[in-house]
Amino acid sequence: MAYPRPLLLACSLVALLAAVPLLFIIGYTIDVGWSETWRLLVRPRVGDLLVNTTELVVGGMLASAVLGTAAAWLVERTDLPLRRVWHVLLAAPLAVPAFVVSYGWVSLTPAVEGYRGALLIVVLAYYPLVYLPVGATLRGLDPALEESARSLGLGSWRTFARVVLPQLRPAILGGSLLVGLHLLAEFGALQMLRFPTFTTAIYDQYRSSFNGPAANMLAGVLVLYCGVLVVTELSLRGRHRYARLGSGVSRTAEPARLGWLTVPAVAGLGAVVALALGVPLASVVRWLLVGASTAFPVGDLATATATAAGLGLAGALATVALASPVAWLAVRHPGRIATLLERSTYTANALPGIVVALTLVTLSLRVLPAVYQTTTLLIIAYAIMFLPRAMVAARAAIAQAPPVLDDVALALGNSPMRAWRRVTLPLIAPGIGAGAILVFLAVVTELTATLLLSPTGTETLATQFWSETNDIDYGAAAPYAALMVALSTPATLLLTRSVRRGP
Amino acid sequence: MRKAGRIAAALAAAILATGLSACGSGDGKTLTLYNAQHKDLMQVMIDAFTEQTGIKVEMRSGGDTALANQIIQEGDSSPADVFATENSPAMTLVDRAGGFSHLDAATIGQVPDQYVPSTGNWAGFAARSTVFIYNPSQVTEDQIPTSIMDLAKPEWRGRIGVAAGGADFQAIVSAVLAVEGEPATAEWLAGLDHNAKIYDNNIAAMRAVNTGQVPAAVIYHYYWYQDQAESGEDSKNVKLHFFRNQDAGAFISVSGVGMLAASDQQAEAQQFVSFLTSDAGQRVLVDSGALEYAVSDKVPTNPALTPLADLDAPTIDVGSLNGPKVVELMQKAGLL
Repeated sequence: MAYPRPLLLACSLVALLAAVPLLFIIGYTIDVGWSETWRLLVRPRVGDLLVNTTELVVGGMLASAVLGTAAAWLVERTDLPLRRVWHVLLAAPLAVPAFVVSYGWVSLTPAVEGYRGALLIVVLAYYPLVYLPVGATLRGLDPALEESARSLGLGSWRTFARVVLPQLRPAILGGSLLVGLHLLAEFGALQMLRFPTFTTAIYDQYRSSFNGPAANMLAGVLVLYCGVLVVTELSLRGRHRYARLGSGVSRTAEPARLGWLTVPAVAGLGAVVALALGVPLASVVRWLLVGASTAFPVGDLATATATAAGLGLAGALATVALASPVAWLAVRHPGRIATLLERSTYTANALPGIVVALTLVTLSLRVLPAVYQTTTLLIIAYAIMFLPRAMVAARAAIAQAPPVLDDVALALGNSPMRAWRRVTLPLIAPGIGAGAILVFLAVVTELTATLLLSPTGTETLATQFWSETNDIDYGAAAPYAALMVALSTPATLLLTRSVRRGP
Repeated sequence: MRKAGRIAAALAAAILATGLSACGSGDGKTLTLYNAQHKDLMQVMIDAFTEQTGIKVEMRSGGDTALANQIIQEGDSSPADVFATENSPAMTLVDRAGGFSHLDAATIGQVPDQYVPSTGNWAGFAARSTVFIYNPSQVTEDQIPTSIMDLAKPEWRGRIGVAAGGADFQAIVSAVLAVEGEPATAEWLAGLDHNAKIYDNNIAAMRAVNTGQVPAAVIYHYYWYQDQAESGEDSKNVKLHFFRNQDAGAFISVSGVGMLAASDQQAEAQQFVSFLTSDAGQRVLVDSGALEYAVSDKVPTNPALTPLADLDAPTIDVGSLNGPKVVELMQKAGLL
């Protein structure tokens, strides 16, 4: 198929931009040379980090998959009381950034330091990434399949295992992959818990040598690790077809009767919500009260909030603007080149902010010193880091807007521009908006890239929060934590609503 | 939907506008300071400087070594005019890369010789002492080590806290390297890698000693004194031990300030360095409650502190501490 030239050019530029950090690391590694690379990578410390990172990623993915799926099944498929309320409560931890969850716990008890605490906290922070897609899929399944299975003599457990679970596979695997990628790049939460992984080690290397070889070698390992995760997910997903002809009957499944299991189910979900939402929020409130007596710098708080919100909006707009053409190309003009361009926008996914930032520092100084330490460069960094979030949403939205409608609009005498504006745009806008919200949420809580790239004097909620937490001034950090949650809450609510309406 | 979009766009524009106007305000001259010292302390000193000279100073904060390497990477395009650190190895790093301008004689004359490197390209403006801290319920008096080198011995396995990733501890290691030489330092670091519990920074390490998570740690003195002066909440179960005897662990670290060759405001930058090291600047430091030592011999140090002269520190050339070598050795030992 012939590609429209301008679109292809635009998409190539986006793909190139997204691949910049990866290309930089590859170039750097070649530059450093084999023997130095070997010296920096084959040493006991890297072995320890590999074990730690693997334990956390595997444990976190498995636990999130189990917890997210179980919670989604209880909410969507049983006669659990107050299901709508549970749905909101279970999705709400998305509004609490992982480093705030970590802060909430570690400021109460140092017992959460180390592997078990880290696992607990990352699962509490990230299980909604499995819960939401699995819940949406459960809602979209035609119950007829299950009813057939039951009528053919399968019990309810075996029906779930042999009929429902296979259909949930893409959602569970996709959600778990997201959890894994987040964990590879997670910094703040783990640093507070004194659980070293590749990403926290890269930060230590940055502190000791800025953009030195050791940091870049560790980043290289992280990229390989990310590749392994993505390939594993693809191969586990297999080549099964999950779609079917016709959408089936859209009706709610007969909810499973929990009976006496209602009590443990409610207790279990209650415990999850209490640990994921209750403890961090209670902790923030407690420190707010403690801190209020000493310092409540209204001016700083307002500036940091405005800056975070402004950067979030600008970052979201820029990222969506870059993602949309690539998503359009991938959906409307599928082919090998389109796939290649689309995939290359995912390359920065598992790279921690610090690696992307260091790359951009070096490159901008060499190539374009005028943008160094400007908001422009910071926004570019956000776009590179969060393109995949916007891509996923934009792709899904464009895929659901049938091209035939464009043709109809054209046939009815609309100009192409007008047809696009009046027919296509309204169809894809909600999906693209969801992508923008995801990017906004990510930017508001982004820490390390912001620290490195922002103009001198620019402070965001995340950087202020981090600076206070570093001084173990939990009281002074609390207002920033509260504001980050407050800023994230409306976006998260919008997101749970759009997911609810979704397919 | 469309209305919501318009509202969002208007909001975005408004927020960006306020954000931008907040950045670019002011008419007089503004210096950019890359600051690795504690922000609170530096802000107090900046405020006093601005009051005296009318020159504004904008701070970009970070750690010693990261900022030093950043300055080197920025080279001629560095936006920084002045650089201030917590410890001298980062100053030496920039100095050896040719990043500093020469200070004028009057400024150098304000600072005692031992706090100025032989190049004369930067000056010390504050000092801090290494200290061994311990929780008396877990470490008895007779268990207190006589030298920092003892911490590599097997009896300290899992019992000593250090902030290995931070510039403070790395400066202490650079003193060990200067006093004991490379083979002994490498061996010591290997032992420490077995023994140490790693904390993010000195405050976290002190807090862990206070709560009994780790019996002892090596930090700088002022964290304890500051906490005592405030609530004592994080240091009430912590006692200090200075190694003295010119032990490497009695190292006194010098915070330095210098002006960058890349700066196009040399005169103002020189004024800032001159102010920090002047009697007036040193008095601001002493009165700030930071409880670091002043370097000027004319300004009396806070009476709560043990006088510097009583700490019997090893004699180390302030311009000789080798940060990159320390990082390499610590990487080899597995601490980084």
